[in-house]
Amino acid sequence: MSWIRVHFKMQLDSFELDAAFSAPPVGVTALFGPSGSGKTTLLRCIAGLERTTGWLRVNGEPWQDEKIFMPVHRRPLGYVFQEASLFPHLSVRANLEYGYKRIAPSERKVKPEQVVEWLGLGRLIERKDPAQLSGGERQRVAIGRALLTSPRILLMDEPLSALDTGSKQEILPYLERLHRELQIPVFYVSHALDEVARLADHLVLLDKGKVIASGALQETLARLDLPTAHFDDAGTVIEAAVAQHDEKYHLSKLDFPGGHLWVGKVEQPFGTVVRARVLARDVSIATQAPQGSSINNILNARIEELIDEGPDKVVVRMKIGETHRLLARITRRSRDHLGLAVGMYVCAQVKSVALMS
Amino acid sequence: MIESGLAPSDLQAIWLTLKLASVTTFLLLLIATPLAWWLAHSRRWYKGIVSALVALPLVLPPTVLGFYLLLLMGPQGAVGELTKALNLGTLPFTFAGLVVGSVLFSLPFAVQPIQNAFESLGKRPLEVAATLRANAWDRFVSVALPLARPGFLTATILAFAHTVGEFGVVLMLGGNIDGETRVLSVAIYSHVEAMEYAPAHLLAGGMVLFSFVVLLGLYLASGKSWQVRK
Repeated sequence: MSWIRVHFKMQLDSFELDAAFSAPPVGVTALFGPSGSGKTTLLRCIAGLERTTGWLRVNGEPWQDEKIFMPVHRRPLGYVFQEASLFPHLSVRANLEYGYKRIAPSERKVKPEQVVEWLGLGRLIERKDPAQLSGGERQRVAIGRALLTSPRILLMDEPLSALDTGSKQEILPYLERLHRELQIPVFYVSHALDEVARLADHLVLLDKGKVIASGALQETLARLDLPTAHFDDAGTVIEAAVAQHDEKYHLSKLDFPGGHLWVGKVEQPFGTVVRARVLARDVSIATQAPQGSSINNILNARIEELIDEGPDKVVVRMKIGETHRLLARITRRSRDHLGLAVGMYVCAQVKSVALMS
Repeated sequence: MIESGLAPSDLQAIWLTLKLASVTTFLLLLIATPLAWWLAHSRRWYKGIVSALVALPLVLPPTVLGFYLLLLMGPQGAVGELTKALNLGTLPFTFAGLVVGSVLFSLPFAVQPIQNAFESLGKRPLEVAATLRANAWDRFVSVALPLARPGFLTATILAFAHTVGEFGVVLMLGGNIDGETRVLSVAIYSHVEAMEYAPAHLLAGGMVLFSFVVLLGLYLASGKSWQVRK
């Protein structure tokens, strides 16, 4: 399968969008950047909702180039808008089936029953008036409606940003489930790093209309030259397998190449791969294995890079085993006292781990 | 038949008025829908000119409109030459002439509510439909039309009622030919001129009642449709 290749140029009010990147043909690609960085416009260009100079190949198929502009309704995509935008004159079921009815029966790979099951729509589908659904329910129907066109790519424009925290928590598990079940690429626009860390596999970083980085999520989050490493909630993501349960203390052990993490008990069978997020502010560094520490997770690490952050802080990137990385935010004084330098072997003490799935 | 106190010519005037209003409303919806769609979406520089032309009957005295239509459709007018060449004769003093005049006269009453409804839809529902594989015509029929329904309802009622109530254009264009161009308002005028106050009262009172019922229905319907929409 060939990668999705994107390049669009467009004059916006305060800057020029000139964004080019490639994305893998499976998994979730996050288009991440601050408000007004052009992420939504870029997504609209990909959908064909904005018409501008550009070049787009999906599954090797040209959607747009110098000569071609495939109109929106011919592009086999699903689009989830920020607001659910259900049709107010149609019932929930008619909303769900709006696109389904408009594709050839032979193209209907996703069935209504599947979508109802994936998104927990069983009790909503018979409702007449979509305006009476809650925000989270509406957004789930909108996602189902998009999936029922059996799209070859799913485009989501901050689908959670219009929701309150409760509805977000309600909908995130469904998105994670789609992430596991769907065999199609998803482009996910977001300005929330925690959503990205939770859902994405590939990260495209945008700033003022330009792509400043594009790469695998775990590597890109660990890059100290990017603004993401200097957010308050900067951190890395580790994918690890459930290996052991400790019933007495209600803990589970997660294994990954190069180490393991103890976390609050995970109700998943052994071998299940879960995603853990470790924030730079929750990691401290010791030069020797500490004695009598309350911290459960102490990992052997090698310092790869240090970079000053402001007058008092340093961000340290460490490698655990061959593939995983941690960030730690420490003071400059600690760095100098411990004499931390690139290549040193240290103990990374992880104070807290957030399980993402 | 109910004892009505109305002469057969008055009944004919009522019938003719209803016929004129129905035909006019039907034609207006056909013309106003694409025009309103264009006005709601176009960004052309001459959109303002078209809007002003459509709104012109709102401010012009009906006699002015009737006067120019009379000249234009008369034997020496451009339209008149055309209709003669097509073997249709000339339009003034015919029912067809009244229809043409009424359509122009009531055009803003049909275009503006529909245009407002299309504009208040915004782009979003149509974009959503496009991402769900609906082509332009499909989007218009399955999304824009049903969502603009309150606008169509208002346009229909206003166009119909406004045609029923017109006088100046009809008088200039149609004269007062029994069974052909004598509509209600003209019939009332004729009765008053002839000092026949009883039938004038009956017709005029009927008009007041009719207009009130129509407007009441309009407000009730629009109130209801707003509740449904939000």
